[in-house]
Amino acid sequence: MSRPEHQAPPEIVYGGEEAAKYAGNSRIAAIQAEMASRAVELLNLPEGYPGYILDVGCGSGLSGEVLEEEGHVWVGFDISPAMLEVALEQEATGDLFLQDAGQGIAFRPGTFDGCISISVLQWLCNADKTSHHPKARLTRFFSTLYSALRRGARAIFQFYPENDDQIQLIMGCAVRCGFEGGLVVDYPNSKKAKKFYLCLFAGHEVNGVKQQLPTALGEDEEEPEEIGVQYTSKKRNDSRVRSNRRKPLKDKNWVLKKKEQLRAKGDKTASDSKYTARKRRTKF
Amino acid sequence: MRLITHNMLQCHVRGCNANNFPLELQEVVLEQEEAEMNEDFLRNMLGKLEYDALVATCHKLDINDLPVTLPEDAQYNEEFLQILHRIILETHVKSGKMVCPNCNHTYSIRDGIPNMLLAEHEV
Repeated sequence: MSRPEHQAPPEIVYGGEEAAKYAGNSRIAAIQAEMASRAVELLNLPEGYPGYILDVGCGSGLSGEVLEEEGHVWVGFDISPAMLEVALEQEATGDLFLQDAGQGIAFRPGTFDGCISISVLQWLCNADKTSHHPKARLTRFFSTLYSALRRGARAIFQFYPENDDQIQLIMGCAVRCGFEGGLVVDYPNSKKAKKFYLCLFAGHEVNGVKQQLPTALGEDEEEPEEIGVQYTSKKRNDSRVRSNRRKPLKDKNWVLKKKEQLRAKGDKTASDSKYTARKRRTKF
Repeated sequence: MRLITHNMLQCHVRGCNANNFPLELQEVVLEQEEAEMNEDFLRNMLGKLEYDALVATCHKLDINDLPVTLPEDAQYNEEFLQILHRIILETHVKSGKMVCPNCNHTYSIRDGIPNMLLAEHEV
């Protein structure tokens, strides 16, 4: 699959057409909701504690719905006006902002009880304008986020890292801004269900207890539950795929016709058999 | 944008680090939307609210229901929590602009969505 962040800046990729998909496409919605609820689970807020949560890259407000169900009040921002419009149409319950994470966030210190973000961080590794420096943007984002979080609060980022360097870059920036924590990889052995969650703690101790990195799901080759999104690809019984395969120009009929012509001319011709016009076995 | 969120905002222009809160609301259109009352949430937020800034902002918007100082028993003062809920969670700013008291940067609000994007030289 091609990576959308290679195509164009986020506000353009998530323009009108792509944004409309988020309003209608149930598979996208299901995957997003599943990742969001996992992220909320990783936030590890006390049971029944209604928090004030930040959603970075809230898009159409899908993850906000999950937060809402858990009883939290949320604030979200996104860089794509088209996605925010979808959020408005869907009557998202949180407060929305048009904001670029790389420019830092504009909240007072200690505001939020937690922060979640679904597939955003990899976008910050891009330089879409000459003035963009990924490292500086990540640092600005993490440092403002660190101060906007309550001490001991967590920030959970689901993201799609392109390679190890990107993970190193992101985690390096986060650590330099004061965060602690690490990477949780769910279903590391599955190709499609594998998900990266960066778990950051703003302050390592809560009430004198050291925060532990949550355990990942499915580390012992266990498959994701079937209830949610199905990750096993369906065998496509598509005739379209087969008909697209190129037909050989000189098929059996063509060969038989040629041989007939040669025989009519009186040339020496091999007799027809089941091997006629078959492809030779590939040799090593 | 609800007033609770406005109370949490500060200007994030480069170098604008002092006196950058609260952003002054101007030419605003307000709207009331009902929301479910959640006392636990309000209690959790009491410590985070800058109460004086909230009262000042409300005065400018002609909302004068809040007591000037935070009641001492605010956590369990049912009546006060009701008023607070109506003001910070049910009052939405639909349009207008926010001006930073320090650097005068103007953030415009359309459809209830503030535009927090900065120009390149402000980052």
